[in-house]
Amino acid sequence: MTGSLRQWLASDQPASRRQAVLGNLARGAKAIITNPAALTGLLIVIALLIVALFAPLIAGRISPIAQDLAARLAPPSSAHWFGTDELGRDIYARTVHGARVTLTIVMLVAVFVAPIGLAVGTAAGYLGGWVDALLMRITDIFLAFPRLVLALAFAAALGPGIENAVIAISLTAWPPYARIARAETVTIARSDFIAAVVLQGAASARILFRHIVPLCLSSVIVRLTLDMAGIILTAAGLGFLGLGAQPPTAEWGAMVSSGRDVILDQWWVATIPGLAIFIVSLGFNLLGDGLRDVLDPKNA
Amino acid sequence: MAGGTEMKGLAAGRPAFAVVRRFAAFLGSLLLTFLGLTAVTFGIGRFIPVDPVLAVVGDHATRAVYDKTYLAMGLDRPVPVQYLIYLRKLVSGDFGQSVMTSRPVLSDLMQFFPATFELATIATLIGVIIGVPAGVTAGALKGRWPDHLVRIVGLFGYSMPVFWLGLVGLFVFYGKLGWVSGPGRLDVAYDDIVTSRTGIILVDSLIEGEWAVFRNAIAHLILPAGILGYFSLAYIARMTRSFMIEQLSQEYVVAARVKGRSFWGAVWHHAFPNIMVALITVIGLSYASLLEGAVLTETVFAWPGLGLYITHSLFNADMNAVLGGTLMVGAVFIGVNLLCDLLYKIFDPRLRTQ
Repeated sequence: MTGSLRQWLASDQPASRRQAVLGNLARGAKAIITNPAALTGLLIVIALLIVALFAPLIAGRISPIAQDLAARLAPPSSAHWFGTDELGRDIYARTVHGARVTLTIVMLVAVFVAPIGLAVGTAAGYLGGWVDALLMRITDIFLAFPRLVLALAFAAALGPGIENAVIAISLTAWPPYARIARAETVTIARSDFIAAVVLQGAASARILFRHIVPLCLSSVIVRLTLDMAGIILTAAGLGFLGLGAQPPTAEWGAMVSSGRDVILDQWWVATIPGLAIFIVSLGFNLLGDGLRDVLDPKNA
Repeated sequence: MAGGTEMKGLAAGRPAFAVVRRFAAFLGSLLLTFLGLTAVTFGIGRFIPVDPVLAVVGDHATRAVYDKTYLAMGLDRPVPVQYLIYLRKLVSGDFGQSVMTSRPVLSDLMQFFPATFELATIATLIGVIIGVPAGVTAGALKGRWPDHLVRIVGLFGYSMPVFWLGLVGLFVFYGKLGWVSGPGRLDVAYDDIVTSRTGIILVDSLIEGEWAVFRNAIAHLILPAGILGYFSLAYIARMTRSFMIEQLSQEYVVAARVKGRSFWGAVWHHAFPNIMVALITVIGLSYASLLEGAVLTETVFAWPGLGLYITHSLFNADMNAVLGGTLMVGAVFIGVNLLCDLLYKIFDPRLRTQ
């Protein structure tokens, strides 16, 4: 049974669209799993998902915001695995719960950025002419901006908070996606199958959404995965400056910041949440490199 | 032969003319990008929840004073007109007053910029001196252990939060080992010994021959510059590696080897000169991003540069200062970016004759 399934997936003459899609997925999955670096990245990302999903359970039902001033700045011990912070909160519980905040930010930014970039890029590439010139000029202008400083100014103007941090990061992160989507669209738009659809009388919107966007998706997904690390780092940077999640929410960047003043004596307060940021962005970088090799071999 | 190329050059427009045209296009895109940047800072300044009039006159002003200031600030005019007024002020160097320092924002920026410049320059030097040879070696020995080492070092650089690395660096090298000095640019004892000429302490102390100050400044600079330099190194080494791999797969390298060039001779004397143009761009980009990346590093190391100025102003709701700082960093960033683009086009002979 498994043998025939394997054959069915690996067939180079798929009999149906479903078989072709599943076969491609299987080949991609195999390439990721057999690449140790990509596999490590995948495992880290899966671990992040699990930790975020089951945070209260994994934190051992210790509250991430319960204060215990008698036990403030306690070093790592069996009671507090990663020690406690300046308000006596358990750093292990806070780090575990921080995964939720990080995942929220990353997913929200992805949900904002990919559609904006796709819309701008495919429209510019397919419509061409002055639309293309205008949209790409705007994209270039945004691309030339310093991302962190601009996100800083946006976050400062909008006021601190997770939602505003997400908006600030999204506003500065979409241009590369527009560039990628445009480049793909320009080549796709010249292909015969698009000409065939045009002859059949399809509207521009239908061609864009049904034929061009799906073909741009793989490049956008690769770029998104590679960008995740940068997004996490920017979000943590905003949090570190006090412009991300507000207290008492456990956010890794803000946690590092709260350990700043005691770094010389109580190193664990700042070090452990920072390590979490590092591991998660490393995971996304490793997975992104692997995905690029699988989905986008021409740029590898 | 020579006549033939000359004819072709004439047909395609004289090279000198092409450079002028390219320069004009460069100025055009520079101008447009600056306009975009000012539009964004204007928009942010215009749509912040803070009432700009109250920020000037304070909470206890009478209605009459409020209205007068409202009109004086031009807030009754249409938004595009307000934008033009804003632009005219910027062009004449008026960035507004800083609430925090109660000085013009521009003179604040001029005072804080040299510290950032010093930090980013030394960091880029570190990145280039280590990153380029490391990248070349990794590319030449693709798939062997030096390559893996460079890739891992680079990957870590891409994944590490700079503010965290700064704190860990302070803990280890300042707190535990005592090899470097702590936050700030100088120990208090060395403050105000040298007069500020350039604002760059390393240069100022050298001019006056104050070696003790120079050594102290180095002891303070080395850790933040080393940490920023690591991020620059990660980027430069990664790009150098991929340029090198591309060049070494070309046939001229094989030809050089066949004619008896040693492997490293082919790498450094044949392949390396060909990646130099692309490297200039990469180094410029990393320099520009360091000017920006310094924001978090300066916060960690209490380094009195633009980044620290921006973040301090942020917490004092000093919007003029924040936007002025953003504009300054943005201007330098855009300038360096586009300049690299231009240099690339001028120095790449393939693009020159097109």
